[in-house]
Amino acid sequence: MSGSGNTNVLNLTLKVWRQEGPNATGSFDSIPVEGIADDMSFLEMLDIVNEQIIEQGGIPIEFDHDCREGICGACGVMINGNAHGPKKGTTTCQLHMRNFEDGDEIVVEPWRASGFPIMRDLVVDRSPFDHIVESGGYISVNTGAAPDANLIPVPKDASDMAMDAAACIGCGACVAACPNSAAQLFTSAKLSHMNLLPQGQAERWKRTEQMVETMEQFFGACTNHGECTEACPKEISLDNIAFMNRDYLKSKVKNRKLTGQVFP
Amino acid sequence: MAATSTQRGVTPIRPAPRKTLPWPIQFYRSAVGRKWVMGVTGLMLLGFVVVHMLGNFKAYISPESIDHYGEALRDMGGHLVPRTHLLWAMRLGLIGAFALHIHAALSLTLMSRRSNPQSGIDGQKKYAGSQDYIAANFASRTMRWTGPIIVLYILFHLADLTWGTRSDEFVRGEPYHNMVDSMSSLPVAIIYIVANLAVAIHIFHGTWSAMQSIGINNPRINGIRKPVSMGLAALVLVGNLSFPIMVQAGVLDEETSEESAPALVLSEEVTS
Ligand code: FES
Repeated sequence: MSGSGNTNVLNLTLKVWRQEGPNATGSFDSIPVEGIADDMSFLEMLDIVNEQIIEQGGIPIEFDHDCREGICGACGVMINGNAHGPKKGTTTCQLHMRNFEDGDEIVVEPWRASGFPIMRDLVVDRSPFDHIVESGGYISVNTGAAPDANLIPVPKDASDMAMDAAACIGCGACVAACPNSAAQLFTSAKLSHMNLLPQGQAERWKRTEQMVETMEQFFGACTNHGECTEACPKEISLDNIAFMNRDYLKSKVKNRKLTGQVFP
Repeated sequence: MAATSTQRGVTPIRPAPRKTLPWPIQFYRSAVGRKWVMGVTGLMLLGFVVVHMLGNFKAYISPESIDHYGEALRDMGGHLVPRTHLLWAMRLGLIGAFALHIHAALSLTLMSRRSNPQSGIDGQKKYAGSQDYIAANFASRTMRWTGPIIVLYILFHLADLTWGTRSDEFVRGEPYHNMVDSMSSLPVAIIYIVANLAVAIHIFHGTWSAMQSIGINNPRINGIRKPVSMGLAALVLVGNLSFPIMVQAGVLDEETSEESAPALVLSEEVTS
């Protein structure tokens, strides 16, 4: 890990949330951490801390992670009150320790929202996101085999917005950062991703209605603060939320017997 | 769908919607629907605030001008509608908009409280970490404070200049006299100034937020949504603050009001 040129070494104090289980009361633990190379990622730093803890006979800090390349959405902790840390558009696994200074105290907390109950330490249960997707985030009508390129024309703007929305990795930073713990950014990204493309039209109104209503069973009400976009590692735009709001009203007004025949 | 939600690992904070209700009621029971209602009623109230302010500007033309304007409002509809009926229809619309706006705000606040494990209320931090809000500005975080301030202010304003219960000097149908009489007292002028600051802050976040809530979202106009909200807030701030300040400064005063005898005669004639 070291030896790659001019690596700085950091000595830090971690203030980590430790909680034994879903119903246990948690508290912060102060852990001194020494000799962290600044080209490590935040998760690699946590790995080192855990090795230290194991050597001392303690129980390692539990945290979620998988790909460690910013594409799966498994990782995510609150770092100094910022979802995924201080760097914009970056997941926790992609956050380098060079974003911190030697001697810093770093507060590490799990996502906090009723929809995301804490399982242990920094791990939260994000299954409500799965329920939102289960309730409509798919295309179940037969859209045929892969079509020839350019067979279905899609306007560039629509495909751009859909693709930008599809970048959402479902990490939950939007809910975590939201003062209302609302999941509007996640749900609207999943909706834009399909509602803007031709294959998504047949089930568009049913999808919008069901996904919004599932979301509202678990999360708070959006007040348009805009914290979610700032926290989002994929920088999903607030415009998706406005688009979802518009589609939700339409989904209530649409005559379902006509959907599938009449596009927007 | 609804039945399975109880078996899920995470306890929902709200029950699944009842699909048997008529759609407008279903829509209003959803949070997105309530934000629509807040947005639409908010824009209606904003329209009222702007028109009210423009009407008040007539005080700068002459005392008669604003007194005539008040009379014209009561006499709206002319011979077609009984006196003040059209005005009352508009007032009822306004009261309805207020009621819906407040009900939606309260219920959404409660919903957000339930979705936050410990601190709950907006404006309080969920985390121990030191970093403050990044995008949420002062206006958006204080909507739930400026709102109640505006409600109190409206009650005061009605008592002061509509019902006339605050002062013995109040003369029904003479807005210019009443306004100058009321705002020449320094404490009252200060109330108006503070309250209108709250109104402007509320409008600043509210206008932008309303556009977002009702899906006014088009790449061509997205860039001007914030400037428009700021412009409207600034307009209302400058316009409405000018009245107490100008009365205090003596630009609007009773002396000019004494020349307004014809207006008084006119309003008396019509009321009698
Ligand atoms: S571990 Fe996959 S996004 Fe961070």
